[in-house]
Amino acid sequence: MASLSDLSLKNRLFMATYRYRALDPVPFARPRKTLEKARVALVTTGGVYLPSQEPFDDARKGGDSSFREIPAATDVQTLGIAHKSDAFDQTGFQADRNLGFPLGRLREMATRGEIGALNGRALSFMGSITAPGRLLKDTAPAAASLLEADGVDVALLVPL
Amino acid sequence: MCHQTVGLIAGELERRGIATTSVTMLRDITAKVRTPRALAVPFALGYPLGKPGDVELQTRILRAAFALLEAPGPGPVLADFTGASIPSAP
Repeated sequence: MASLSDLSLKNRLFMATYRYRALDPVPFARPRKTLEKARVALVTTGGVYLPSQEPFDDARKGGDSSFREIPAATDVQTLGIAHKSDAFDQTGFQADRNLGFPLGRLREMATRGEIGALNGRALSFMGSITAPGRLLKDTAPAAASLLEADGVDVALLVPL
Repeated sequence: MCHQTVGLIAGELERRGIATTSVTMLRDITAKVRTPRALAVPFALGYPLGKPGDVELQTRILRAAFALLEAPGPGPVLADFTGASIPSAP
């Protein structure tokens, strides 16, 4: 387990005083289908983007709450990584994007029938959002609407 | 901050009826945010699925995360991944 003591002093001080937003109440949807029949979407906060897309803006105050749509068939190693956070070691993610954006693993699980289908688009956010107002008001609802329209049953979310 | 972002997006998806599961490297923060379902993994920040190139370990972690969908709830559901056979430092 990573612990707060692994982080730099600057990051630890920030996290010690930051008021985290909590879900209250906790919304809890029961899966509509068994996993073998479910349409699964991948959502990462790893800040990956296609070379043809605008990278995330890591200079935006409070964080860039926009997201990118990544086709499920994408070779993950072709993706760029924009991530503001200096809190973690990016070496592993650079070497294998599946570490935080496991499209390859999910395609394999779909082929084996462990999941019903992999949704045609995955979503990528850049997680370093300290002021989540716009995320809560605009971009998370927009992302949810896309996945809802796709008929997604289950979403897997991976932080970096 | 990634962990808060994951929790907030998960909350929005759950409100729309989409069940979510997730992975966390910072159990305490995920507990504070009350992310609906999360699997705590014993790896450093930046290594949510354990090890680059380790298809078998990555797949095991994903299966364990998906298994949380079977938890009866109510949320939050926060479980520990116990199937790691490698040291916690990558």
